[in-house]
Amino acid sequence: MGLLSEKNKDVLFGPLSINNPVVVQMLGICSALAVTSKLEPAIVMGISVTAVVAFANVIISLIRNTIPNRIRIIVQLVVVAALVTIVSEVLKAYAYDVNKQLSVFVGLIITNCILMGRLEAFALGNGPWESFLDGIGNGLGYALILIIVGFFRELLGSGTLLGFQVIPQAFYELGYANNGLMILPPMALITIAVIIWVHRLKNKDLQEK
Amino acid sequence: MAKFKCKVCGYIHEGNKAPDLCPVCQAPASEFEEIKEEGAGQKKGLNRDSNIYTVLYAAVMVLVVAVVLAFTSQSLKSAQKANEDNDKRQQILRSINVSVAANEAEAKFNELITDGFVKKGSAFEQVGKDVAFTAIEAEEFPVFVANVNGETKYIMALHGAGLWGPIWGYISVDADKNTVYGTDFSHASETPGLGAEITKPAFSGQFAGKQLFKGNEFKSIAVVKKGKNAEGQDYVDGISGGTITSQGVSAMLYNSLNSYVQFLTSK
Repeated sequence: MGLLSEKNKDVLFGPLSINNPVVVQMLGICSALAVTSKLEPAIVMGISVTAVVAFANVIISLIRNTIPNRIRIIVQLVVVAALVTIVSEVLKAYAYDVNKQLSVFVGLIITNCILMGRLEAFALGNGPWESFLDGIGNGLGYALILIIVGFFRELLGSGTLLGFQVIPQAFYELGYANNGLMILPPMALITIAVIIWVHRLKNKDLQEK
Repeated sequence: MAKFKCKVCGYIHEGNKAPDLCPVCQAPASEFEEIKEEGAGQKKGLNRDSNIYTVLYAAVMVLVVAVVLAFTSQSLKSAQKANEDNDKRQQILRSINVSVAANEAEAKFNELITDGFVKKGSAFEQVGKDVAFTAIEAEEFPVFVANVNGETKYIMALHGAGLWGPIWGYISVDADKNTVYGTDFSHASETPGLGAEITKPAFSGQFAGKQLFKGNEFKSIAVVKKGKNAEGQDYVDGISGGTITSQGVSAMLYNSLNSYVQFLTSK
């Protein structure tokens, strides 16, 4: 089996669209609402989740044959919690500003359902390499939705992107106003719903009867 | 398809159930045991469902994780402490309207800050800037004396509570110990885009020129809803959508500065 066989390609790229953890599996919605009022924390959160889910997948996959069945969820949680703590400590030491921006959300990666979902559904039954690809794929699928939502929320809610003003002053003078509702959680939910709608329009086989 | 191994001679039979007689050594079916495939869940020769295994596994796992985390924490501690200290220095410098990068914060801090006081009992004692710096963390009440372009400024540390967690900040006053020169606010977990906007210059910049005392009486500075005003004291606009955080800033200014009144009124 090559490093990127047909099956592995599916594992890696499937979660980006057709099997997306957020818009198809409906996992990780809560953090997608919380961190997307600005684009930058959305990007960093996406990267952090990708790193954590990939490495947690590899670790669980490596020890999957030794884990006692009765405490497997606890083992998964401990691995995830340890990894998240390490990520948070490393961010504190080498990317202090980013860490300050993400504040509580780094810790909240532990409770992200995508992680537990992938560990339980994939890593427990597959080898380390496939699990790694699966983690990367799902992490990126999650990051993709976060970035799309963050993009629209920051653009329409604050008129900026990554902190830079992109809506020209002339618009405001003509009476345009930032939509304050966009930076509140309800609009995040609605934005995700719109993404799901568009996504299902394009992928007819995902539509429920 | 399961595999069955004869415990007498080692013959391996493939099928749905054990054969009645072993074709090699004629042992009966009871001498056969099922071999679990690897990946299907079970490791050979190890009962992963026994209590002892489970308890040992959990214990070892916890120990390993504890060692890894302790090691990470210890090896990153000095870098983290340096970051935190530089972040504090940046905040202090921002309160006297000096903005520097994190790696230059220490040099600039040592250049501009000349002295420090700490509240001991009810009076303020001159202790030097380094001791005053360590007092920030203990939430004691340090005062830093800064020299900005030949003018003396006094910087005071503030501590309070926002909506989700602690908020803190620094406020600097002119040599008259009344007129605000600059402020800087930080928070642990306020809502991004709403309460978290207190860190932005658009908010903290409003304080410059406001006065803490009215008619020799300590009044603090109020943070009020845009368009409203506060009777008998100076005020600034709060953040729309961040009402609780704005009120937290207002309360923090009053409560923390109240502890500095003795310093501010002394000549």
